[in-house]
Amino acid sequence: MIEVLFYIAALIAVSATILALTRTNAAHALIYLIISLLAIAVIFFLLGAPFAAALEILIYAGAIMVLFVFVIMMLNLGKAGQERERQWLQGSHWIVPGVMAAVLFLELLVAVQPTTINVSSEVTPKVVGLTLFGPYVLAVEIAAMLLLAGLVGAYHLGRRFLVRKHDMRSTQVSHDEASEGVQS
Amino acid sequence: MEVVMAESGMSVFATIGFGLFILLAAVGGAAVLTWFERRLLGIWQDRYGPNRLGPFGILQVAADMLKLLTKHDWIPPFADRMVFIFAPTAIVVAMMMGFTVVPFSPDLYIIDLNIGLLFFLAMTSLAVYSVLLGGLASNNKYALLGGLRSAAQMISYEVFMGLSLMGVVMLTGSFSMRDIVEAQRDMWNCIPQFLGLYVFLIAGIAESHRLPFDLPEAEHELTAGFHTEYGGMKFAMLMLGEYLGLILISCMMVTLFFGGWLGPWLPPVVWFVIKVFIVICFFILLRAAIPRPRYDQLMTLGWKFMLPLTLVNLLGTGVIVLWMEG
Repeated sequence: MIEVLFYIAALIAVSATILALTRTNAAHALIYLIISLLAIAVIFFLLGAPFAAALEILIYAGAIMVLFVFVIMMLNLGKAGQERERQWLQGSHWIVPGVMAAVLFLELLVAVQPTTINVSSEVTPKVVGLTLFGPYVLAVEIAAMLLLAGLVGAYHLGRRFLVRKHDMRSTQVSHDEASEGVQS
Repeated sequence: MEVVMAESGMSVFATIGFGLFILLAAVGGAAVLTWFERRLLGIWQDRYGPNRLGPFGILQVAADMLKLLTKHDWIPPFADRMVFIFAPTAIVVAMMMGFTVVPFSPDLYIIDLNIGLLFFLAMTSLAVYSVLLGGLASNNKYALLGGLRSAAQMISYEVFMGLSLMGVVMLTGSFSMRDIVEAQRDMWNCIPQFLGLYVFLIAGIAESHRLPFDLPEAEHELTAGFHTEYGGMKFAMLMLGEYLGLILISCMMVTLFFGGWLGPWLPPVVWFVIKVFIVICFFILLRAAIPRPRYDQLMTLGWKFMLPLTLVNLLGTGVIVLWMEG
């Protein structure tokens, strides 16, 4: 039963990923990517890692992908974007990535030994927490530092807009008048 | 009907039957809620609301449904067809999935996941796609702006929603919804976790984008926001999703902060339903009483006030839990 579900989820994950790669419309590609992530969450769940499955949906599908869609909406590429994407996805551009992917796939086939999946041992959230803050506490600290660096970087990039907004508020009236003058 | 299922609560068929019952009850509840909300708003705003059809106007629900069913199911020619049709289903499916982890009584639940709370958060986070993709696929500037706003709003408030519940998890030591309810036998979580409750309440409204936080569809500036181009049954699906979200958030609030099914004398399910009903009424009262903030005010409130508050709550709860353990 579990094996059947696993293969169904795996099939969905692989085909959705391939579709995500080949779509010219960015929004459609993202939807397929989200489906692929959901399928991977199902696989995690079947392999006895419900915590990882929940986080896969919550963080990847529910937050990061939303930001991706957000960016697509801001750019609003439309037909021109699709045309450009179609040009990029033409014949010869597939060769090098295709060869690389094939090599990786062969390596994966060699590396993965046929082991029986031990589904009976479920990894509970408590065990995940104890492992993260036990033997892997250094990794957690490093990840925290990385995130802090990202946060500071984002603040730095956004700061000039904050300053400009503040300036604008004091000179709002004259600015508005100027822009109206330009338009007329 | 419910009692029979409760007795055989463990068998597969009973669980499937109960699941279907919950689906129907949730959809029916959402439909009645559209009428109930309008009546209650009417009372609080000193007017009648829909009171013509049937006793107290309850047949208004049937009339609305008939109207929506018979409406022309139009897809704008400039829209992205596939995504446009897919978008309304996302929110309904996600919200219905959320109901699977709600414990209605000690024996009456669909599944007791050991990641129950995370599952709920994951499902509510997926509901964003409906609004987002609906706005994107409509190919209309008002819909797009509504979708953009909602993305920013829901992503931000998801953060506080998740963090505000971690205090409850700390006190219980489990993500399982039944464990969380059982841990409230001595004291409901709303007393030690009042900061968490406060943040969850506001984040819950923002997450289900209801008035006063319905900025994605603020009528006076964005026509109808992300569902400007939607009509007929697709519009009904979006509305259904929103009301399901309201019921789900109320169920969660009762389970996490108000002791779930716990209560004296009456059967547990009755207590659960009574509490959910009161919370829903409170949500409607908030809608009637509070004006809509400006968009930047909403985001500022979130990041500059809610986030520090949840962090303080988390820190305080951690200190107290450690101190109690000695």
